[in-house]
Amino acid sequence: MDIRAQVSMVFHLDKCIGCHTCSIACKNIWTDRKGAEYMWWNNVETKPGTGYPTAWEDQDKYKGGWEQQNGKGSDIRLKLHSRLGGLGNIFFNPYLPTVDDYYEPWTYDYDHLFSAPEGDDQPTARAISLITGKPMEIEAGPNWDDDYGGSPVYAENDPNLGALTEEEREQLTEMERVVFFYLPRICNHCLNPGCVGACPAGAVYKRGEDGIVLLSQEKCRAWRMCVSGCPYKKTYFNWSTGKSEKCILCYPRLESGQAPACFHSCVGRIRYLGVLLYDADRLKEAASAPAEQLVHEHRSLIQNPHHPLVIEAAKANGISEAMIQAAQHSPVYKFVKQWKLALPLHAEFRTLPMLFYVPPMLPVLAKIKDGVYDNADAASAQLGPLLSSLEQARMPIRYMASLFSAGNVDVVEDSYRKMIAVRIYMRAKMVGDVSEEEVQQALQAGGTTAEEVEAIVHLTARPTFEERFVVPPLAREVAIEQTLDPFTQKREGGFGFRRAPARGA
Amino acid sequence: MFDIVLFVVFPYVAVTVAIISGISRYRQNRFSYSSLSSQFLENRTLFWGSVPWHYGVITLLTAHLLPLLFPSLWGDLLSDRIRLYVLEVTGLGLALMTVVGMTLLIVRRLRSPRVLAVTSTADWLLLITLLTQVAIGFWIALVYRWGSGWYLHTSVPWMISLLVFQPEIQYVTALPWLVQFHLLAGFFLVLLFPFTRLVHVFTYPFTYLWRPIQVVIWNRRPPQKQRP
Repeated sequence: MDIRAQVSMVFHLDKCIGCHTCSIACKNIWTDRKGAEYMWWNNVETKPGTGYPTAWEDQDKYKGGWEQQNGKGSDIRLKLHSRLGGLGNIFFNPYLPTVDDYYEPWTYDYDHLFSAPEGDDQPTARAISLITGKPMEIEAGPNWDDDYGGSPVYAENDPNLGALTEEEREQLTEMERVVFFYLPRICNHCLNPGCVGACPAGAVYKRGEDGIVLLSQEKCRAWRMCVSGCPYKKTYFNWSTGKSEKCILCYPRLESGQAPACFHSCVGRIRYLGVLLYDADRLKEAASAPAEQLVHEHRSLIQNPHHPLVIEAAKANGISEAMIQAAQHSPVYKFVKQWKLALPLHAEFRTLPMLFYVPPMLPVLAKIKDGVYDNADAASAQLGPLLSSLEQARMPIRYMASLFSAGNVDVVEDSYRKMIAVRIYMRAKMVGDVSEEEVQQALQAGGTTAEEVEAIVHLTARPTFEERFVVPPLAREVAIEQTLDPFTQKREGGFGFRRAPARGA
Repeated sequence: MFDIVLFVVFPYVAVTVAIISGISRYRQNRFSYSSLSSQFLENRTLFWGSVPWHYGVITLLTAHLLPLLFPSLWGDLLSDRIRLYVLEVTGLGLALMTVVGMTLLIVRRLRSPRVLAVTSTADWLLLITLLTQVAIGFWIALVYRWGSGWYLHTSVPWMISLLVFQPEIQYVTALPWLVQFHLLAGFFLVLLFPFTRLVHVFTYPFTYLWRPIQVVIWNRRPPQKQRP
């Protein structure tokens, strides 16, 4: 057993209101620079939808992540290239998304509003490209299809809809049934990252102590394979400096005990951060499992931080007492392993992402009938008003399975049944219009107990700041002390570059 | 005297500057070492320019370097007429590939406003020099035939004499001026190396072939415990 620690995350999609506050917090701190304007290390997508960059989930197009080798047992290889092939494609990467797959960044000629000569017409501020500095037509933006952008045109191109039947797809666009939810995305800080595997220069790496995936700006040589290799398209190419960049999980904030900016600023409080202990010896095995087993295998990597053997192995690996304690209080451990509510996004990419999502319940099933809001369907399913029934879910369960369980419907259903049990239990408790028999039935169907439900409700609805973010003591000052005399750094100061990150000649 | 400046002083200066500046740039400003790819901004023309350019120029450079390293072996290789024909024709074809490739790359930079926005003066100097160099190379191959043969007895001994610090310029002073220009432009490119994006040549990531596929870096663990 090779126990390692990983700072992991849970996003509770039922609580996401799609306000993009997380994206703005991130942008203001990290990516409001030349060459990075188009980057959204944190972005929020409307699902169904094509996302950012357009159709990022389509790995036939982008070749991200890992795949099982044909005829070679369960061994996995990069979908992008072999090692030799990677060096051969270095002069032209055939699967690189270009700026048009994201959007051309722009500003407006605000000055013209003030300096325009007097005339009959109102002066306008034209869009100016931030790349060329010339006027441009805006054809796409970071959230072009937000809330469907007024039409289902984008949503219809969602790669996940391939899992649905023709009928189900038609239902989705039916006016009275239209449904969507939000998918906030940051780097998943995977256990088997595709970006690290694809980088020819070895510039992308996983930090041993906390598992944060970082990209050395000094080692990056703009071979741009990481952009293709990451199936989530969460490494970005800075067109100005000629270096790739990615989400750093705000490690300078983490190291000083603060939650990452997107977590801290989340209005819906959907985000949780904590440490998971996992067994690195079984990584390859878990990443190579058959598709329907992937979520199960992924969960089985995560070890119980209370188990004496695990604690012993962790200590033997140099994991500090404080880190183990953080793992024991991790909200992520509860959501992912204990309650099995949170699921990895697109497990079939085989990167073992360490950002987990609690799938959204979505609104109550109802429709307007003769001008009246009618939820009789829900009532007839004996779930009482205001409670969703899984069988009549507005978003087909297979769509959710395509996103969160590599197509394994059972895994998503288990998660949903538990959440439905939580709803029914709380309805009975708070409103009292559900019979005890029904409550017991729901608890049984959800494979849960009243005690567990209470815990889920607490962490979902009423957690304190410290319960949501159990930031491990990364103790960087201690980690550095052995390699560097702190006084040599004394006058250099600050994190980041000691010189401006200017494009080389 | 002027010949000595051109064929002795200039090559030595070029190589010395390249080595010293190249190393000092690597040590002091490693961030600036990048291929500065512009594929993200323009994709289509790049394919037709970059691929023939790089594969062409790498093969040609190797063919220029091999006789320098193994003169007698190269001589044996050319002793057969068929092999000589094949080599000459291949060389000519590759030279054409590089000329077309580089022309496309230059046209691309001029025509795409996005790529033009990230093109520096150093880039232009480099691109123009490279195009000139491969165009002249192509012309030499076409006009002064059997270059693969006489290269072995003119430029090669001259470069070896420079390498062993006993310069003998008589090998090259009698060559046609176009060939002499080609030699000097070659050393000019060496001079340009540390000051342009040409530095990316020396960071070609061969290590990717054998490094562990996953990279884990520990702050604290002693090296022997590192298991990626």
